[in-house]
Amino acid sequence: MDRKTVYLDNNGTTRMADEVAAFMHANDDLYGNASSMHTLGRQAAAGIEWARGEVAELIDADKGDIYFTSGASESNNTVLNIFRDRADDGDKRSRIIISSVEHPATIETVKYLKKKGYSIDLCPVDEIGRLRLDELERLMGDDVSLVSVMTGNNESGTIQPVKEAAEIAHRYGAYFHTDATQAIGKIPVSVKDIGADYLSLSAHKFYGPKGIGVLYAKHGVPLSPFVHGGHQEKGVRAGTYSNQAILGLGKAAELARLGLAEEHDRLWAMREALRKGIEERIPDVVVNGSNDEALCLPGTLNISFPSAEGESILLYLDLEGIEVSTGSACATGSLEPSYVLLAAGLDVELAHGSIRFSFGRYNTMDDVDYVLEKLPPIIERVRAMSTRKV
Amino acid sequence: MAESFMAQWVYTDTVKDHFINPRNLWKEGEDFKADGVGEVGSLACGDQMRVGIKVKDGRISDLRWLTYGCASAIASTSMMSEMAIGMTLEEAYHLTPSMITDALGGLPEHKFHCSVLGDKALRAAIDDYLEKNNLPNPYKGTTAKIICECKGVTDQMIEELVKNGKVSTFDELQKETGCCTACGKCRDRILEELNECLHIYGK
Repeated sequence: MDRKTVYLDNNGTTRMADEVAAFMHANDDLYGNASSMHTLGRQAAAGIEWARGEVAELIDADKGDIYFTSGASESNNTVLNIFRDRADDGDKRSRIIISSVEHPATIETVKYLKKKGYSIDLCPVDEIGRLRLDELERLMGDDVSLVSVMTGNNESGTIQPVKEAAEIAHRYGAYFHTDATQAIGKIPVSVKDIGADYLSLSAHKFYGPKGIGVLYAKHGVPLSPFVHGGHQEKGVRAGTYSNQAILGLGKAAELARLGLAEEHDRLWAMREALRKGIEERIPDVVVNGSNDEALCLPGTLNISFPSAEGESILLYLDLEGIEVSTGSACATGSLEPSYVLLAAGLDVELAHGSIRFSFGRYNTMDDVDYVLEKLPPIIERVRAMSTRKV
Repeated sequence: MAESFMAQWVYTDTVKDHFINPRNLWKEGEDFKADGVGEVGSLACGDQMRVGIKVKDGRISDLRWLTYGCASAIASTSMMSEMAIGMTLEEAYHLTPSMITDALGGLPEHKFHCSVLGDKALRAAIDDYLEKNNLPNPYKGTTAKIICECKGVTDQMIEELVKNGKVSTFDELQKETGCCTACGKCRDRILEELNECLHIYGK
């Protein structure tokens, strides 16, 4: 391909790290079924246990509490299903509280549960999209079984007060789950520090392969299978092990752990260079979320361009080889723009005109310069086409 | 390396062409004195369109447009502008979204609603021209499609009621028109039309 590509959609998914791809490939002969007793099977099992250890170390967990799944969507569904089962079994604690900005894997699942008659509450967020702890406190009660709050938001990049939320949940006797998919590899995530009972993650968001992820479930918490049919993962998650994918996840976890501090600073520097460059070159822009390093995932910049519609901006950028995402309704196939941005109180028009740039390991400052060269004329052009005041 | 996979563009090549090179755009500072102007949609809905027309000898002699909208909306309006110029007012009034999307080589189903604003704005511009010049409007009401056959409720009736703020829910629409009170078969299509109008004219 001679087309220049500047990939700035790393919150969507990441390119596999070269080290991860090489490691997976180097283990091509590890094809045995890890549940088999023979040598090839035991070798595969050894590789899988190594990967389990790497993931455990990355999130400061005990190795025995790591369960491999197909990804965070499955992990989130599994957790919600556990508490659905408990409600079905007559547990008095039958209400689930999640934040209003959770990933669709959580929010759509609870909407489905709500339709089925289960008791669900959505906890609102403030103007940077951060969970309102006072509202969570108000919503709590001794009928709450589970509180689920993501560690960092995929659209706005806003880091959530998960430690505080976990403390509130526990004070009322509820369990706490965090979807850490976006945060892993960008900020330190420790299940012990957060006080999480459950945690979800996906390998493909931090340079691992797609289709593999983890559910962390602290020893002793309620746990029941979502995928039935086999004895893998202590009977909690059936399905033949995907050896190479799990090894890739292990390698990605190792890279993430070793490179975390450096990666954070590099991503934040690019994010800030792009933000400042845009603010200098383009009039009338609105940054969504926070510009405080402590409150924002380092690689995420979500920005609205009033009078310019997001899908048009995205596609004009794509013609220049710059790949981003938008909160515009037109890009989602629905008539409603990003619920995450609306939940933070953003004006509907601004949500339609929002663009998310998300940096990753393979971006450089040259990419920032390229965007700063191409973006301003595109915004000017889209705005000139827009139904301006006459 | 395995054989490479070529990505198609999101929409047809014709859509892409009109998106990259939109025709008859109303440029800022351009001296275009429109005989009639129509505007539909709202920024809050994510798409808004303004169409200005010049009329000579009963035909649209020139047209300019602006849109706040996605690639499909831009391409649809651009295509509409090419089709409408040279048409008689009557022909232009009966230009339909499917004529525009056909000319574009098709749009994905969920993008079809992006193409309905162009022809609506064009009709609004023709209405405006006729009204400004105190001319009779023989076209209004001639493009209606019956949706509720039992009660004879048309898409245009629904559009007018929503546009004038008289109706914003299914219950109100039913009360106002009696639609969907007999056989009930039209319910989905009524809802679809209502939602489309609510989207275009604001909630």
